[in-house]
Amino acid sequence: MRDAPAHINLSWKKIGPLSNIPVRGARRLCFGLGGKPIAVFRTGEDKFFALVDECPHKKGPLSEGIVSGNSITCPLHNWVIGLDTGVAAEPDEGRTQTVPIKLENGELYIGLEVERAA
Amino acid sequence: MNMISDPREHLVVVGNGMAGMRTVEELFKLPGGKRFRITVFGAEPHVNYNRIMLSSVLAGDKSVDEIVINSREWYAENEITLITGDAVKKIDRDSRTVISAAGVEVRYDKILIATGSRPLAPPIPGLGLPGTCAFRDIADVDKMLAAAKTHKRAVVIGGGLLGLEAAWGLKQRGMSVALVHLMPTLMERQLDAAAGQLLQRDLDRRGIAFFTDGQTEEITGTERAEGVQLADGRFIPADLVVLAIGIRPNIDLAKAADLEVNRGVVVADDMRTSDPNIFSVGECVEHRGAVFGLVAPIWDQAKVCAARLAGDESALFTSRALSTSLKITGVDVFSAGALMAEGESDDEITLRDDNRGLYKKIVVRDGKLVGAVLYGDVADGHWYLGLIRDKTDISEIRDKLVFGRAFAESLPPGKTGPDVASMPDDAQICGCNGVSKSSIVCAIKDKGLASLSQVRSHTKASASCGQCTNLVEAILADTLGGAVEKKAPSICECTEAGHDAVRQGIVAQGLKTMGAVRAAFGWKKPEGCHKCRPALNYYLMCAWPGEYSDDSRSRFINERAHANIQKDGTYSVVPRMWGGVTTPSELHAIASVAEKFNIPTVKVTGGQRIDLLGVKKEDLPAVWGDLSKAGLVSGHAYAKGLRTVKTCVGSEWCRFGTQDSTGLGIKLEKMCWGSWTPHKVKFAVSGCPRNCAEATIKDLGVVCVEAGYDILVGGNGGIDVRVTDPLVRVATEEDVLEYAGAFMQLYREEAHYLERTAPWIARVGIAYVKQRLVDDAQGRRALNARFLYSQKFSQDDPWAARAGGLDSQEFTKLPELADA
Repeated sequence: MRDAPAHINLSWKKIGPLSNIPVRGARRLCFGLGGKPIAVFRTGEDKFFALVDECPHKKGPLSEGIVSGNSITCPLHNWVIGLDTGVAAEPDEGRTQTVPIKLENGELYIGLEVERAA
Repeated sequence: MNMISDPREHLVVVGNGMAGMRTVEELFKLPGGKRFRITVFGAEPHVNYNRIMLSSVLAGDKSVDEIVINSREWYAENEITLITGDAVKKIDRDSRTVISAAGVEVRYDKILIATGSRPLAPPIPGLGLPGTCAFRDIADVDKMLAAAKTHKRAVVIGGGLLGLEAAWGLKQRGMSVALVHLMPTLMERQLDAAAGQLLQRDLDRRGIAFFTDGQTEEITGTERAEGVQLADGRFIPADLVVLAIGIRPNIDLAKAADLEVNRGVVVADDMRTSDPNIFSVGECVEHRGAVFGLVAPIWDQAKVCAARLAGDESALFTSRALSTSLKITGVDVFSAGALMAEGESDDEITLRDDNRGLYKKIVVRDGKLVGAVLYGDVADGHWYLGLIRDKTDISEIRDKLVFGRAFAESLPPGKTGPDVASMPDDAQICGCNGVSKSSIVCAIKDKGLASLSQVRSHTKASASCGQCTNLVEAILADTLGGAVEKKAPSICECTEAGHDAVRQGIVAQGLKTMGAVRAAFGWKKPEGCHKCRPALNYYLMCAWPGEYSDDSRSRFINERAHANIQKDGTYSVVPRMWGGVTTPSELHAIASVAEKFNIPTVKVTGGQRIDLLGVKKEDLPAVWGDLSKAGLVSGHAYAKGLRTVKTCVGSEWCRFGTQDSTGLGIKLEKMCWGSWTPHKVKFAVSGCPRNCAEATIKDLGVVCVEAGYDILVGGNGGIDVRVTDPLVRVATEEDVLEYAGAFMQLYREEAHYLERTAPWIARVGIAYVKQRLVDDAQGRRALNARFLYSQKFSQDDPWAARAGGLDSQEFTKLPELADA
């Protein structure tokens, strides 16, 4: 998770329980980040991650890929992206933006950056 | 366009081929490498590509993109001015200027001439007609591929490396191919007569017709090539004639500039021409009377030339013993040094095993190895080459030498293979991509590589023609300090196990879950990866019908969403039309759905159905629901399963039809729909041998004849067109259905995941398929019974279920609930 710069606040949006997301699966959210889609991923060990839903290669929809361990494989050209870092596995090079996510009382929240009011 | 203000010396490279650009790459590696600004002229309109791999492009093993060595971005990043599609026409040494065909003039400080070679073209009448070409560049390959699409018969003139690879490529593209060769045996410059004959026998069995001792007199034809007339009266009809009899150095530019030329542009050991400011490398060069057509010495030249350009006045080029090999899948040929005894002091030692198709000959002179010719088993080729190059004294192992390295050196089992430890660091391992031993070793150490596929993806070594695979494996084993066992290719990097071993283990050990398979075979990743999970899911479903439950999370998106994802993220929907037959009410339903959901494109497919393209994912269940109401079901156009059964109208309507091809097609489709297979499967039924349903390029085709039904298997459209092999002729529709079910099940049980029937049959042989399905009637009935049993569990329409709410999360986005 990236640290937000000092002038940025996170606004947490509730997106429902973890059970809404299939094990070793993903779902895209109905809202995006700066025009880019966001997807939430759930691993076989019930870990959860949020990423911009675009492969760094050709913007393939990562949420349509196959989740194995802590990685997602893009359905278009099989790039393997680390869910925790967003970084593409070697020999490919690239990075997908990660999005803050947390679980509280069984509900997932997505952290969106908002400009702090002056 | 000259950057006058740039203080650096200007190097002009004439020729954007492998040799010239390799020299530039070598130059960049050197400390003095950035002393030049560089301009490159290329006559071809392309970036720098690997000319050696053109035969792989022709054969369909590679795309043009895959053989590009340096992209335009690479030129830009290195600040190289690249001028493509414009050949240099003149070098004015007085004013130190080069002038291009398009009139571009640039001043130079140094020139590198790398103009390569031209195809030899003797004055044969008819050469130059449409339908004739050489085999030298991408434009030639384009011509050959275009001809293969529209014409049937090809003649290749020339039975050397290039001619044979051209013939094999055209054969792979579905043409019938004849090869004319002036000499009595093939590749006579690289192989002795015995090996040449073995090669001819093997390629003859693969369907290439040979005309040896054939002197081409004329290419006949008026509008385009129609045939090849030989001097001895033989005539071969042809729609395409490829001339591949050799190359000659392209010296025109150097000659016009008054540089010293002979057969090639004459260079000294420092790669300078007779003008010290002009260098030359590659196939255009003549060095100490020798010209060059193979890649290894040209890489050496590039290195020396780069060193000299960078100011190292000690670098010298020397010719070394060379080896050759042939890029034809499944044909292993190797030769190095002398092909036969040349005097009384020379001895030939041969080993021949006709049954296994093996042949080995070595030539010994004064206690040293001077030549080797290998056919069928070339694993020791590099060992022999090393003995020749190093002039090793072999008198002590002379008697054992021909039996190979393992025997000659009494190595323990598992210690065979090339001796990579003693190879020098700069030894060229991969000729195609110019990768040295040290760069492979560095990549293995620095990046912690542990498998052949990793080494390939990082270094490109053995990633092109694959001839050096055993060397790369040996270096990997040597670097990692342990024997890397050589096995059939594994399913993926999670496991060492191959497809066959896993499939057999699933059945023999009763493994019924993916976890059990991964545990039994020692998977490295507990959950597997995107490669093995879909394969295991399929293998388990095939082995345990009705018991194993499908894991949708281990399926590619198309099979999980039951529709085809398009490049914009929308989906396409193709309802099944049994045998290509539809009704007004089905067409009404399709039209209504297209209007109701604003589906932008409605397209008739090649498989006789209707494709609705551009459907939003969230609309899919509703679209399917409407189609279901009209009785339409999934066409599985997205599945590794039965796609279409294409039919012609047959005896019901057609005056030529011999049987009810439409009716039979519908029966086949009703029997086989819904099945999961290793890859997609397409059927067709033609009502007569005119074959309007194109049954001869389908996985299973039926051609109706008066006497019954011809069943054909293993065909393939697409890039790699493969015509079916005939399986059997049967008398009744019931027989066709039994054979079809048995064929499906044999393919389902024994092919590797993602292997279509064409490569599967190419791998196991049609003889094996016939033995299982035709010779063994009891086995055939058992296979068919297993197929029908498994179909009981697979013929549920996935669309109706999802329209009813199954997997609804797949088709909806997560809602935004509320701000915290």
